[in-house]
Amino acid sequence: MHMDIMAQFMLILPELLLAAGIVVLMLIGAFSGERSYTVITVLAIGVMIAAVIMLITLPLQGTAFGTALICDAFGRFMKIMALTAAFIVLIMSVGAARAGKFDKFEFPVLVLLSCLGMLLMISAGNMLSLYLGLELHSLALYVMAALDRDNARSAEAGLKYFILGSLASGLLLYGISLLYGYSGGHIDFTGLSQVLRKDPPQLGLIFGLVFVLAGLAFKISAVPFHMWTPDVYEGAPTPISAFFATAAKIAAVAVIVRLVIMCFGAAAPVAGSMPAWQQIIVFIALASMFLGAFAGIAQRNIKRLMAYSSITHIGYILVGLAAGTIIGVTSVLLYLLIYAVIMLGCFAFILAMNTESGPVEKIDDLAGLSRTNPFMAGAMSLFMFSLAGIPPLSGFFGKWYVFSAAVQAHFVVLAVAGMIAAVIAAFYYLRIVKIMWVDEPKGRFLAMPKELQLVLWLSGLFTLFYFLAGIWFLPWAETAAKSLF
Amino acid sequence: MTDQWPILSTLTFLPLFGALLILVIKDEGEAAKRNIRNVALLTSLFVFVLTLIMWAGFDKNNPGFQWREQIDWLGKGLGYHLGVDGLSVLFVVLAAFLMPFAILASRYSVKERLKEYMVAFLILETTIIGAFCALNALLFYIFFEGSLIPIFLIIGVWGGPHRAAAALKFFLYTLLGSLLMLVGLMAIYWQVGTLDIPVLLSYHFPVTMQIWLWLAFFASFAVKLPMFPVHTWLPDTYVQAPTAGTLMLSGILLKFGGYGFLRFSLPMFPLASAKFAPLIFVLSVIAVIYMSLIALVQKDMKRLIAYSSVAHIGYVTMGIFAANIEAVEGAVFQMLSHGLVAPALFLSVGMLYERMRTGEISAYGGLVNNMPKFAAVFMIFTMANIGLPGTTGFIGEFLTLIGTFREHSWIALFAATGIILSAAYMLYLYRYIIFGSLSRESLKSLLDLSTREKCLLYPLAGLIIFFGIYPAPLLNMLHGSVELLVNNYQQALANSNAIFAK
Repeated sequence: MHMDIMAQFMLILPELLLAAGIVVLMLIGAFSGERSYTVITVLAIGVMIAAVIMLITLPLQGTAFGTALICDAFGRFMKIMALTAAFIVLIMSVGAARAGKFDKFEFPVLVLLSCLGMLLMISAGNMLSLYLGLELHSLALYVMAALDRDNARSAEAGLKYFILGSLASGLLLYGISLLYGYSGGHIDFTGLSQVLRKDPPQLGLIFGLVFVLAGLAFKISAVPFHMWTPDVYEGAPTPISAFFATAAKIAAVAVIVRLVIMCFGAAAPVAGSMPAWQQIIVFIALASMFLGAFAGIAQRNIKRLMAYSSITHIGYILVGLAAGTIIGVTSVLLYLLIYAVIMLGCFAFILAMNTESGPVEKIDDLAGLSRTNPFMAGAMSLFMFSLAGIPPLSGFFGKWYVFSAAVQAHFVVLAVAGMIAAVIAAFYYLRIVKIMWVDEPKGRFLAMPKELQLVLWLSGLFTLFYFLAGIWFLPWAETAAKSLF
Repeated sequence: MTDQWPILSTLTFLPLFGALLILVIKDEGEAAKRNIRNVALLTSLFVFVLTLIMWAGFDKNNPGFQWREQIDWLGKGLGYHLGVDGLSVLFVVLAAFLMPFAILASRYSVKERLKEYMVAFLILETTIIGAFCALNALLFYIFFEGSLIPIFLIIGVWGGPHRAAAALKFFLYTLLGSLLMLVGLMAIYWQVGTLDIPVLLSYHFPVTMQIWLWLAFFASFAVKLPMFPVHTWLPDTYVQAPTAGTLMLSGILLKFGGYGFLRFSLPMFPLASAKFAPLIFVLSVIAVIYMSLIALVQKDMKRLIAYSSVAHIGYVTMGIFAANIEAVEGAVFQMLSHGLVAPALFLSVGMLYERMRTGEISAYGGLVNNMPKFAAVFMIFTMANIGLPGTTGFIGEFLTLIGTFREHSWIALFAATGIILSAAYMLYLYRYIIFGSLSRESLKSLLDLSTREKCLLYPLAGLIIFFGIYPAPLLNMLHGSVELLVNNYQQALANSNAIFAK
């Protein structure tokens, strides 16, 4: 375990790169003032791409600083995904930041800070580093949600997210302290998992576990801790919502997966039924799928709709996690990949919903889009059918992976319930298709900026041709999943 | 057989190629529209000719799968595997046969967004042919479910006034059914380790699992076919869809359900099939009688034919689960016959609709006076729908009825009343729109069939009579595979009885 200090620093090279980048960019920004937004954005994207390349080319494994940070295939997979999503969001945000007048240099720096937090929490090997990573990540997000500070809705979103987020952090920390106390001083995942294995499980430990999972459920916006999601998605500037929907979600799911599998996975069953963590995950999966499906029907604002849709999809992801097997974790990773690509496309689409009189967000503003802008409408229809899980689009394969993992682990009822929720949710996806194809056009959108076109093309092609290329991602995800067991 | 030309893949993906060609045509002006129509028509004709070549090369003495193609795809047990046997080959031909009709039928009625329309139809053809050729259950599911996207757009964009609601209803209804089947497929995958259909056909599932799986597949196929009581999406969808969409739906898409029963439910879950057969019989008889009675009181032509269509599907389900050679052959033949008769009726009605812009039966009358050719072919279709000897309708209904009679004479007796009822509503329809005096001013100016319309209706009428008199070419194709299916089914039942007897 006692590696020399240089080797330990080598393991966290991407994190160090980001940290150094943050400091340097902040200095550049502070000295050159408001005008430096473009330069800083380009540099921030460069730093993130460099970190991604580093993660791909340096497949180092091991633990650093005691049990604090774990570098494994799972972490690499998640980090690459989260960072890639983050820099694509940053690329997409340039136009919107200009138009929304939040083109300040702090924005890319905050994104970097949040990414650093994500990397730390993804590789966290004990409760403290998990908490610290999560807080670094979240504090940056609180500010980002309120970035458009002259806009009351944005300020409200930031405040709401901050207050509820702090509450969740409190729950998490309280849970950690319970686990620490009742386990006799363990904060590292492996140590805790050994204590949790004892049968019958101690009540105090179960309480701790419940609090920790509740705190994390908030971060992934699973029901019943989802209240903030629609308001924040709607209120925050659109690029920030895209960040919430993709990068932040990937990181939060990574944390919950690692914690559940490495730490809680070994826990003894409660009263002859499933282990405590599994009961919780099954419940919040069911609740998320159905609440997201039903509540989405009433939404007319596309960002709110995406928020409810994301709640449903978190439910599906948790179905895969509930299986608690290698197949289950593999399915979660692939689902996240597919979902994140679709979400990037959807948000590129939403960012392009600009009329002469400014950006619009109502789904009725899409009326007749297939006539006025066939490319946008075609891509969005693909995303909607894919989110509804219709083959041969990528979303179908995501569903296939998670639900078949659940069936394999004998959660057939859960799978059937998920299918029913999917039909309900399909209604609002189809309604968007219907509005674009059946209704009469009302107005036109302005021409799409080049960078958004590119993102829309790429994610559209991915969604359409996943059935050809998808097989390549399977071995990566499998290796990543195996590294947790 | 790896050295031969992969004809099934060609058949499946050729329409997609045509769709790509259409996509690159710039949609401006009449010339472009003509090009789009011609490319679509030529592609579909070419596919049809290819299916004939495939049919000619099909060895009818071999009951197994032919023209097989197999490549690895999504991992273990989830390969890309195509092949046809006697059960599926005729459906592939039927699908390719109907497609040019659908394209020709919309030659003048579709003016707006022609490009998207033709692309949607060609994609639809790919999914239909793919589903009938697929020899991997996941591949089947992908095509089966993928067909929802083009048909949703076809109904939703080019349908009647209430098209959006009809398209949504159709989509969600069938989606719920097929997602339950998807869970069933997952369970099979983890039980057997593969979704390869030839492997599954020789696998013996435990009895309790058979029952659950049978129900899961039933949910999907019963909605698709549709069976009573999950038929309620059908009248709305048929009435709102454009004529060509109704043609494809009634002619071939619904046959997914019957084909699914034959491909999955009956051979893979024989014990469950035997257990649930009484349920199917009851539902089928209700469908035959109750739907016929509903058809009798319809005021709209398209609705009347839609209900009649559900009634005729009742014979199919009854025949499949009677599970003897005559009944199953009759069921497949009835599906093929229905695949000619229902499109013919919908096309005829669509032609009247194009002239008068109304589907009300009461708006017509005395058409025999100025549309004698139409009256003549419509007579043939009417008779075929009633099941008059000399038409394909008779062969299918007769075979299913004698097959069922051998198993359950009472069921056959009740089902046979459907023929009388169908005579009642079809003759009522015929009498009201064709006979009588030509009293309405608006009807007097109607022209008889145009050349294009003759091209559409005459071949259908010819085939209905030809195969009605000489069904052997079709029945011979079926015989080997049906025999194998039925023998395996009886064998499985006998084995389980022997186990219980011990």
